[in-house]
Amino acid sequence: MTDTRAAAAKHSTEQLTVDQLQIAPSRRHREVIIRYTLLVAALVSVLVSTLIVLSLLREAWTFVTEVVWADTWGQQGWFPRRGLYDIPTIIVPTLIVTGIAMVVAAPLGLGAAVYLSEYASQRVRAWLKPALEILAGIPSVVLGFFALTWIAPNLVGRVGRTTFLVLGAVILIGYAGVSALIARNRLKQYREGAADPSARIAAVAAIAMLVLVFAVAAGWTLNVWLDFAPNNAGSLAAAGIGVGILTIPLVASISEDAMAAVPDSLREASAGLGARKISTATAVVLPAAISGIVAAFIVAISRAVGETMVVFMAGGAADASRFTDSPFEGGLTMTAAMASLASGTDNVVGEGLTFQSLYFVGLLLFVITLALNVIAARFVSRVREAY
Amino acid sequence: MTDEAPRLIERPTVATVDDDSALAQSTAAAAPVTQTPDAVFESRDVNVYYGSFRAVRDVTFDVPRNQIMALIGPSGCGKSTVLRCYNRMNDLIKAARVTGSISYRGTDLYHERVDPVEVRRRIGMVFQKPNPFPKSIYDNVAYGPRVAGQKKDLDNIVENSLRKAALWEEVNDRLKDSALSLSGGQQQRLCIARAIAVDPDVLLMDEPCSALDPIATARIEDLMQEIKQDYTIMIVTHNMQQAARVSDTTAFFTADTHSENDTRTGILVEVDTTQKIFSNPSDERTENYVTGRFG
Repeated sequence: MTDTRAAAAKHSTEQLTVDQLQIAPSRRHREVIIRYTLLVAALVSVLVSTLIVLSLLREAWTFVTEVVWADTWGQQGWFPRRGLYDIPTIIVPTLIVTGIAMVVAAPLGLGAAVYLSEYASQRVRAWLKPALEILAGIPSVVLGFFALTWIAPNLVGRVGRTTFLVLGAVILIGYAGVSALIARNRLKQYREGAADPSARIAAVAAIAMLVLVFAVAAGWTLNVWLDFAPNNAGSLAAAGIGVGILTIPLVASISEDAMAAVPDSLREASAGLGARKISTATAVVLPAAISGIVAAFIVAISRAVGETMVVFMAGGAADASRFTDSPFEGGLTMTAAMASLASGTDNVVGEGLTFQSLYFVGLLLFVITLALNVIAARFVSRVREAY
Repeated sequence: MTDEAPRLIERPTVATVDDDSALAQSTAAAAPVTQTPDAVFESRDVNVYYGSFRAVRDVTFDVPRNQIMALIGPSGCGKSTVLRCYNRMNDLIKAARVTGSISYRGTDLYHERVDPVEVRRRIGMVFQKPNPFPKSIYDNVAYGPRVAGQKKDLDNIVENSLRKAALWEEVNDRLKDSALSLSGGQQQRLCIARAIAVDPDVLLMDEPCSALDPIATARIEDLMQEIKQDYTIMIVTHNMQQAARVSDTTAFFTADTHSENDTRTGILVEVDTTQKIFSNPSDERTENYVTGRFG
């Protein structure tokens, strides 16, 4: 076969045959092998995920069918060995830690991203970006230790009643401002959507949701303020700040990639119209990069919900199986609940449903992350400015 | 040229020049068309460097008011670089440096107290490739006034700008659609409308038709003729027929090749009325270029 191929001089007036243009059989086999090897590599990860979810579902199903549901709500706390699986005890601290982490990571991460992509010179960028990514490489156990030994006594321990109220008020007012803007748009949609009832329902639902979140957050802030008790040891706030630090590079790096992908022609257009850098960043670059930025937040939230070591060490989990909704007390997040059960000195296997409860909590985590992704995808498809 | 009308865009600036200078004046008070147009820009010995590389050397010429001036020349002769000096777009390129002086209505554009943002609100730009924002048609046109702090009367500004850019009839029923749903020619007219919306004094156009088909090009050329009574226009073009068709004056640039390191520096060969450049240029290099023997 090589004879015929070699014989066909490229520069010739002779007619060609298919044989001369076909792929060499050995080469074809190699292509096939490469193709299937890569397919297997892709399938293995899918297979592993599926197996994990299936095993999760099986054990969680046992828990769901056999647990006494009356013991999963309104109990004093999460006491698996006594058969008390109070779900709010682990959900509320998870929300608190995640919320605090995002309050820390969202502005700092996004600010770093805007600076890196819109303001920094090549020279600054060349060392600042790698430095940020080093922060992402800090083992969470180190951060957990730092949160427990430094953040807890030096930051959280010094937050006074008034400071907390002011901080809470600032965040609430900020949230109210953003919601007011969204609500105004939704009201407009409501008025324009007279012919389309589903648009009206969606508008009302969105506004109701915003108000509800505000009411819950305001009520919670007031409640914590009234029962204010500072704590120098591990607390949910300390863990939340620690997790926030852990997720800053995540937010910064992914957002920055999304912003760097926005074509320079749009920045030039904006500058040519007499926009300052900050206007270009907020009015052109951020909207164009919003899908990447939301993705960054989702990844960060998922990371915060799933983060274990920092909350286990700094969250005051050791003596915190009781329900708490104060960030200044120790609390048990979902991940910490799993970790403390599985790392207990006595074996949890065989103690009633304790083993299965681990899987149930794992499934809850999985569902929360999945829901976040779905919500984010819908949000992005609504506001995205594709370029 | 003294202050006689209120400024259209009332906003504090970080750095303005003296109140009695031309920059602090209303753009609405554009001088009427006169028989002997006064110069809007006077550039003197302008050099542009990218790092240590000199891209443009010793460019000196005046730009007459309310006319269309074409900058022509072979690729790499620095036409676009020169054009981008006039609204300080070169400031966006970190390594770029401009020496010499460009005065705009009597004020040095590169004076240390001149704010490039304020310059760009008076001297608008249309780019080679249509670059509408991925926003609605309306938001594209309203962008400039909005970043300048204007909130009222946007509907009128948008409509007037789109009318001037000969796009209103085509888009008035879908102002909320994405600008990216428009054709290339429509997008470029939208970019012109967007530039007009901030009511500039001068429009810089950097090969605005190079990405467009002949029909879209003809529309933009007509448009330029219509709006030149309100604006001074400088256009960079590769298309000599276009320069001959639309411009009143023409500046011909060419590139000087340095044999030792094979770099090229743009130089200005001659500036004259378009008619003279294309029929009876004074420089042999111009003649060779416009007759198609070179470049």
